[in-house]
Amino acid sequence: MDEIEIESRSLNLWYESVHALKNVTLSMPKKKVTAVIGPSGCGKSTFIRCINRMNDLIKGCRVEGELLFEGRNVYDRDIDVVSLRKRIGMVFQKPNPFPMSVYDNVAYGPRLHGTRSSGELDKIVEESLKSSALWNEVADVLNRSALDLSGGQQQRLCIARTLAVNPDVILFDEPCSALDPISTAKIEDLINTLVHDYTIIIVTHNMQQAARVSDFTAFFLLGEVIEFGKTKQIFEMPEKKSTEDYITGRFG
Amino acid sequence: MNRLISPATPDRAAKVGLWASAVLSMAILLFILGYIVIEGISVVNIPFLLGSPVLSGAKGGILPAIVGTICLMAVTLSSAVPIGVGAAIYLAEYASDSVVTRTITFGVECLAGVPSIVIGLFGYAFLVIYLGFGFSILSGGLALMAMALPWIVRTSEEAIKAVPLTVREGSLALGATKWQTVSRVVLPSAIPGIVTGAILGIGKAIGEAAVLMFTAGSSLLMPSSLFDPVRALPYHIYILASEGISNPMAYGSSIVLLAMVLAINLGAIAIQAHYGRHYGRN
Repeated sequence: MDEIEIESRSLNLWYESVHALKNVTLSMPKKKVTAVIGPSGCGKSTFIRCINRMNDLIKGCRVEGELLFEGRNVYDRDIDVVSLRKRIGMVFQKPNPFPMSVYDNVAYGPRLHGTRSSGELDKIVEESLKSSALWNEVADVLNRSALDLSGGQQQRLCIARTLAVNPDVILFDEPCSALDPISTAKIEDLINTLVHDYTIIIVTHNMQQAARVSDFTAFFLLGEVIEFGKTKQIFEMPEKKSTEDYITGRFG
Repeated sequence: MNRLISPATPDRAAKVGLWASAVLSMAILLFILGYIVIEGISVVNIPFLLGSPVLSGAKGGILPAIVGTICLMAVTLSSAVPIGVGAAIYLAEYASDSVVTRTITFGVECLAGVPSIVIGLFGYAFLVIYLGFGFSILSGGLALMAMALPWIVRTSEEAIKAVPLTVREGSLALGATKWQTVSRVVLPSAIPGIVTGAILGIGKAIGEAAVLMFTAGSSLLMPSSLFDPVRALPYHIYILASEGISNPMAYGSSIVLLAMVLAINLGAIAIQAHYGRHYGRN
């Protein structure tokens, strides 16, 4: 049995009066990739944005139920959101590098959290860029603006930036939807490597991607978890009719 | 087919009409510039720029007025930019859309509409008399702040709001606080817009003779401290012309004032070009 890192129990979420997540109960194992799939508007992005409380930014958003990270409810009143987000990193749909140099992008997080020594920062930047398979491409242009990189490079830079604060969990919110197939393949390879050290949760539109990178898959529909299990089982022998319909492309 | 006027005719007429409006706008500027330069260029030379006025400005130079104008701008910028940018950050990042926020925004817009003579009068009563700053660079600069502030708040707020939400999210997701996100990512991205606002504001403010006559004084001596009175260029121009002292000197001073405003605008363009590549392409 795998050790559980993140667990949601009867999680409900409303945007104003729209009931966007309904009784979501899921257990996501440590150092595994869990894919969250489902048609547009099914609540999959909403769900992972609960884990690092990014939904706090949205006005009129209300959450009930529990979302446990290492056994503690992240919605407890005494949870420090800043340190929660430091431990649960996030890579977004569209690459969002900061308008500064490649180096400063990666050093941004460590500097926020108090790392000042340039030797230490140099080391973190190099290690993070190596772990995100970008070092060989940017080692000579660390002082160039990050906005000059290609889309795929920018997304790997965003991954490096996340790794630099040394999180336990990385949330990927459709990280390849704005990328070409070659950049997508690089990100997928990277996820397969990163899972040795991090718990990964990835939202994806792309069923083949879910099948390629994940150990577990959750299928969402209209805010509910329809089916959750080992990826192999979900894709080869789904228990529910709607899961099978979605996976075989009958709707979506 | 039988129409007397084909649809192409109004189309052409519209194009010509709009082109004429555009040309006319430019022509007005060129006409004003040309007229002032022709009338005033004969008196603009080195002694004029670097000398002191003689016979109330009928002869001599305008250096004290130039220095006074620059000092006034410095006081205005250093007071209006921090307050204006602070207000803009509050409105764009912290305030929710409430009655209070809308009241503040409405108030800022009203401030932009207050006639300069009224601000001058208020500056006289409050800064010069009540606070005891006297006719001085300090009083003048602070009164001009009221003229520049609305422009700075408005343009800075727009610039801050234009920074993509995804970039803010990226920073927050790394465990940054709101203030860290605003100060380290949002503000640097908004600098070109903020600079534009500051330039527009100071450009509007510095020409306001009506404010300056009540607050900065009309001394033709070189100022030596913030509490000294100065005669700013617009007021000097007003006195030279209205009291019949010297029309050529008034036009010459106008050329210098225009050149100063133009220089500020060019500085703004240079700063925008330097920072402009951030998000300029998106």
